[in-house]
Amino acid sequence: MTEAVRIDPVEVAPAAMPGARAAAASQPSVLRHAVYVIGQNPVTGLAFGLFLLIVLCAIFGPLIAPYDPLASDTDAAYQAPSAAHWFGTDQLGRDILSRVIAATRLDLTIAVFSVALVFLLGGVSGVMAGFFGGWTDRIVGRLIDTIMAFPLFVLAMGIVAALGNTVTNIVLATAIVNFPLYARVARAEANVRRDAGFVQAARLCGNGELRIVLTQILPNVMPIMVVQMSLTMGYAILNAAGLSFIGLGVRPPTPEWGIMVAEGAADMVSGKWWIAFFPGGALMLAVFCFNLLGDGLRDIVDPQRRT
Amino acid sequence: MTSDVPLLAVRDLTIEFATRRGTVRAVQHVDVTVGKGETLGIVGESGSGKSVTSYAVMRILDRAGQIAGGSIRFGGIDVGAASEREVRDLRGREISMIFQNPRAALNPIRKVGKQIEDVLLQHVQATRSDVKDKAVEALRRVHIANPEERYHAYPFELSGGMCQRVVIALALACRPQLLIADEPTTGLDVTTQKAVMDLVVDLTRARGMSTILITHDLGLAAAYCDRVVVMEKGRVVETAPSRQIFAAPAHPYTRKLMKATPRLGIGLRDLLPDEHSSPPPTGGRSAALRTSGDNGSAAAAEIPRYPTADDLRSSDPPPAGEGKPLLIVENLVKEYPRNALKGSLAKFFGRKAEEEKPFRAVGGISFTIARGESVGLVGESGCGKSTTSMMVMRLIDKTTGKIAFDGADIGAIAAKQFATHPMRKRIQMVFQDPTDSLNPRFTASRAIADPLMRLGGIKHGAALRARCEELATQVGLPVALLDRFPHQLSGGQKARVGIARAIALRPELIVLDEPTAALDVSVQAVVLNLLQDLKAELGMSYLFVSHDLNVVRLLCDRVIVMQAGEIVEHGSSDDVLSAPKTDYVRELLAAIPHPAGTA
Repeated sequence: MTEAVRIDPVEVAPAAMPGARAAAASQPSVLRHAVYVIGQNPVTGLAFGLFLLIVLCAIFGPLIAPYDPLASDTDAAYQAPSAAHWFGTDQLGRDILSRVIAATRLDLTIAVFSVALVFLLGGVSGVMAGFFGGWTDRIVGRLIDTIMAFPLFVLAMGIVAALGNTVTNIVLATAIVNFPLYARVARAEANVRRDAGFVQAARLCGNGELRIVLTQILPNVMPIMVVQMSLTMGYAILNAAGLSFIGLGVRPPTPEWGIMVAEGAADMVSGKWWIAFFPGGALMLAVFCFNLLGDGLRDIVDPQRRT
Repeated sequence: MTSDVPLLAVRDLTIEFATRRGTVRAVQHVDVTVGKGETLGIVGESGSGKSVTSYAVMRILDRAGQIAGGSIRFGGIDVGAASEREVRDLRGREISMIFQNPRAALNPIRKVGKQIEDVLLQHVQATRSDVKDKAVEALRRVHIANPEERYHAYPFELSGGMCQRVVIALALACRPQLLIADEPTTGLDVTTQKAVMDLVVDLTRARGMSTILITHDLGLAAAYCDRVVVMEKGRVVETAPSRQIFAAPAHPYTRKLMKATPRLGIGLRDLLPDEHSSPPPTGGRSAALRTSGDNGSAAAAEIPRYPTADDLRSSDPPPAGEGKPLLIVENLVKEYPRNALKGSLAKFFGRKAEEEKPFRAVGGISFTIARGESVGLVGESGCGKSTTSMMVMRLIDKTTGKIAFDGADIGAIAAKQFATHPMRKRIQMVFQDPTDSLNPRFTASRAIADPLMRLGGIKHGAALRARCEELATQVGLPVALLDRFPHQLSGGQKARVGIARAIALRPELIVLDEPTAALDVSVQAVVLNLLQDLKAELGMSYLFVSHDLNVVRLLCDRVIVMQAGEIVEHGSSDDVLSAPKTDYVRELLAAIPHPAGTA
């Protein structure tokens, strides 16, 4: 230990593990690279800003919201946007701004959990399929085909309808629907690396096949998967909102963008546009933000742009 | 040789690339002229700006690159100032180009004949009615047998040499005045290289065309060019007729390049530059390893040492061949199933097998390697040398035959199980492509530490780090570079990391799979010397797989020449290479281009 420190005094952290050392060495360069990419593409910066705003709303929603999102006040029903109610009020007189903010947490939670779940399941099974081939590949491949055989939203509807509409089941349904996307990306990425020199070298170093998957293949597939994660995050939010919109998701009166759009849809024709417009706008912005973020992340992890 | 008005005149050319770390000058104040009918060689190592110069002539620079100064005049046209329309007309019709990878240059899903037709029609060299005849004629001119039949072939149905011929046919279809050949034969076998280069020179001479040959290979430039321009770091360091440049190189860099090129009648040490004070380009030097010997040899004491003296030239008689051989290979056969009956497994292997020899990649070969001996395994692509080495490495399973290592029949152990087998640490490998063989997300020290953690029994930080640093010193890699990622290292440094990883477990046999094929000659010289020193120091045996006979002769005691899965010749390096018994080896030797002064 002391020797390592003596030889490289610049390094502050005593390098116990080469891995830890590597992480420490790479951290600033990744940050610098991220700053560079954002500087090159201001739209990515905008997406990051929007992402921060959404996260803040999700965390501090109840504190920011000017009114109680559930408190109805029939006297103040159907009020157009004004200074008191920026986004107006709905048919029960609830403040739409407060409800839009409060809904962020639920929608984001569903999206994050479903994406995390599918990231784990799809990523691992895809990498296994791509690396080992043979029967593993066939089983995962058929599973993907089976899921792809359904119109994805109808499949999600079916799962929620069968299992009951709870938040857990929405998360599960969204994860299953997204499974093919992750598994296929992971499979393709693992497949091209299966015969790479460094994998052969790892075999010579005495790594078993499973260890090669975990230590050699996964770290190389991860960046692309992270990009995929951001891109499907928007879809996951849309999926959750869509399920709620058709009455298969979260139950009213819980504030949720999909339900709010559904509730306001009937009033659109009578000119009360704001009830559906603002939650719909929030939904759109969130999806938009995650898609842009995905593009930005791709630039950050793309080795071609890293010199 | 040059006429009064040169065909191409590049004056004071400077090219800049906009990168994150500011502007980089890839080419600085370069003057190049090509006369009518002249063949000019541009020689330099990677990063010397030779390709960028030619891209500027074709105006096909990257978007990030721009001509910052100077002028390019081609037959009276100012290429730098011409409109995109004019330049497009120039490309293909007046100037055409041959790229390094012929397969990548051809559209994989279009018949080669159709691709030639496309070019002819594009530049109005043919009409719809006679275009097919002209395309067939173009194929015939590049000596493709049965051009009418080959017209219907797809690129993947042709060998690398055939593909390059098609590319040449494409390039010459419109009778351009200037042909730019950018490393046209890199990746081709020597015999194919000779055929392709002879063809290019014959065709261009017959038509009075000018040629620019861009290459890293001095021998190639010497053999085929009238004049040679030597470039280093974006500058032209020497321009002279090729006879003169090779007989009496004026610039120190040219001399260094000349020296580092393996050729007949020299030893391994002769490749290194004279002046011992100047460090080789990779930043380390092989002499430095002698200082680290105390640690390494103390720990390696259990490994029997054999008299391989440091200053021993590989061309000297083989040392210590007596006693029981370390590796015995008997009647080794590898067969690949041709059709995908056995599902993905068969498909996986089928892809790797060569088209010409779908069934038998290795057809019953036998050889031995003694302790401390280095044996060269030579052959052209598809001869089965890589398959043999992979079987010896126990990365793939044999079909039949026997592989015995130190008395144990390791061929019987399945490749899948061998990774965790105790024998694993005794046989290691250095891979062909130093970049591909390092995990891009691992630092150099992590790569070197991997075998130590898995098989070396060193699990903990300080000991691991100490051993990594010891190994780095041993291979001449500066310790400060250990925390870098592969993309932050040069090719030579990556090669050193690969070598350090291979010797980390003090193996008894190392398979070297073309360890210098991806390196510049000056780096190759250093790496070959390093390998020789390590072998002497650690008493290892080498199985050196290569297509380059000159390199094999420098490092190996004995040579095995393979052709079509069989051993065609076998003997000491000197015997095989100076007095070959078979026509095949004679043909291989004759195909190696030699600098005019030394041949």
